Amino acid sequence: MTIASVTQLICFVALSLTLVLGSLGVVLLPNIVYSAFLLAGVFLSVAGLYLMLNASFVAAAQVLVYVGAVNVLILFAIMLVNKKEEMAEIPGLLLRRVLSGAVCLGLFLLILRVDLTTPWAVTGPTPLADDSAVVIGIHLFSDYLLPFELASVLLLMAMIGAIVLARRDVFSSDVITGEAVDQGLIEKERTPLLLESNPGETTLLEKV
Amino acid sequence: MEGFGLSQGTAHLLWLPLPMLLVLVAAVIGVLVNVWLERKISAAVQQRIGPEYAGALGVLQPMADGLKLLFKEDVIPRRADGLLFTLGPVLVLVPVILSWLVVPFGQNLLISDVGIGVFLWIALSSIQPIGLLMSGYASNNKYSLLGGLRAAAQSISYEIPLALAVLAVVMMSNSLSTVDIVNQQSGAGILSWNIWRQPVGFLIFWICALAECERLPFDLPEAEEELVAGYQTEYAGMKFALFYLGSYINLVLSALLVAVLYLGGWGFPIPVEWLAGAMGQSVDAPLVQVITGSLGIVMTVLKAYLLVFIAILLRWTLPRVRIDQLLDLGWKFLLPIALVNLLVTAGLKLAFPAFFGG
Repeated sequence: MTIASVTQLICFVALSLTLVLGSLGVVLLPNIVYSAFLLAGVFLSVAGLYLMLNASFVAAAQVLVYVGAVNVLILFAIMLVNKKEEMAEIPGLLLRRVLSGAVCLGLFLLILRVDLTTPWAVTGPTPLADDSAVVIGIHLFSDYLLPFELASVLLLMAMIGAIVLARRDVFSSDVITGEAVDQGLIEKERTPLLLESNPGETTLLEKV
Repeated sequence: MEGFGLSQGTAHLLWLPLPMLLVLVAAVIGVLVNVWLERKISAAVQQRIGPEYAGALGVLQPMADGLKLLFKEDVIPRRADGLLFTLGPVLVLVPVILSWLVVPFGQNLLISDVGIGVFLWIALSSIQPIGLLMSGYASNNKYSLLGGLRAAAQSISYEIPLALAVLAVVMMSNSLSTVDIVNQQSGAGILSWNIWRQPVGFLIFWICALAECERLPFDLPEAEEELVAGYQTEYAGMKFALFYLGSYINLVLSALLVAVLYLGGWGFPIPVEWLAGAMGQSVDAPLVQVITGSLGIVMTVLKAYLLVFIAILLRWTLPRVRIDQLLDLGWKFLLPIALVNLLVTAGLKLAFPAFFGG
């Protein structure tokens, strides 16, 4: 065994372990902030696996998009609404957990079966190494042009929708119903969010 | 190393970490110089003398600062989240040091000429806000949380114009690799540097780089009048030193990358080939090669520290912007300008392929 192959093996085992344990943590941990941070770790180890497959451009894009943008936005959302709140007891929680666990286990077994029965190509295609960015660009503007454009239109729609939702105060009336905009939805709650509200008081969510 | 009686495998294993250690040492020395410059220049701006007792002209003052931080007590607030509190500074520092992989000091003087080059730096610098959010959250302190959120908002919004400015340069040189970008600028010395072809891109990049480094006028995340010290409020000792190191390494790194992308990297203002030709020497002669190599390192460092000097002067002369001014500048001014710059560059590249890279 050469040094290169040992290093590769160690990297693969470490990345896979962080990937599997991290994603289990994302799902199972009760603290949502921990889950979000673990999700960043999961994305990073996926990027590491891409790197081991000689897809360095995809790995960097994975880090930039998923860790740098998606995960940071998730964290942002969590931290801006991180309000201490008494959760109501959900009836039949154990049954729900068992059922969803069973569904997940079934899916896992299905994927495992596909994995074991498919005749995988052992060598795979030759890696493109440094030219991958060029090849990806050519594909995006030739045979994958339609999905690429559709995705950009979808993103544009989402962006316009977000702006309309966020800036209701600029429109004198609601865009959908035509009624005057409810100012209570726009203006922030008088009491600071981080303060614990009295038990008798209605919370922000109930008012909405 | 095999001459010392080591097997080839062991020699290889010992040889591997050497470039990494070298980068670490270079980065830390860069920071020490930077801290000294900051102290001296700020003193000059305010008509003081600055550090003068520790070593000649106070050059040992940064070492004293570092030692002081090293021996300070490492405090973790009682109701803080210990694990995240420790992990935060590490996550801030590691990506910055990793980005030094792609900084070239000469034709072959870099750790690895990875094909994705500058893209690696952009991707890695996007990890930093997670560390900032983590330390802001884990401190269990409202000022820290606000500082962390501000830092993340700032670095997300300035990353986009930054990447667009880099994209225009990449488009001209047809490559993401930093070595290719410098080689493309080496045709006619100072006249072929990218700053003449990308003046708008240069300004956008420099403003965004300052914002990414959280330097004044963009140091809102740690604005002391508003937020105590932002996400650093609860930190002391070595953990605080990690933030400190991270921000200064980031500044040096940004200056180096500006030098590489816009100021011709290791290139001398007059091409070395012309000089060698004028003196009747061959470029491939060993002595000329040695001189060219060392000139390359000197030029890169000189350009970078010139930019660091400008950054320090800016810090001590400009007032801080407000958070709404900061976000307006980023989203409503820099982003459209960067998009137009990209479009114009693409048009010019099609119209004049000889000057804007074919």
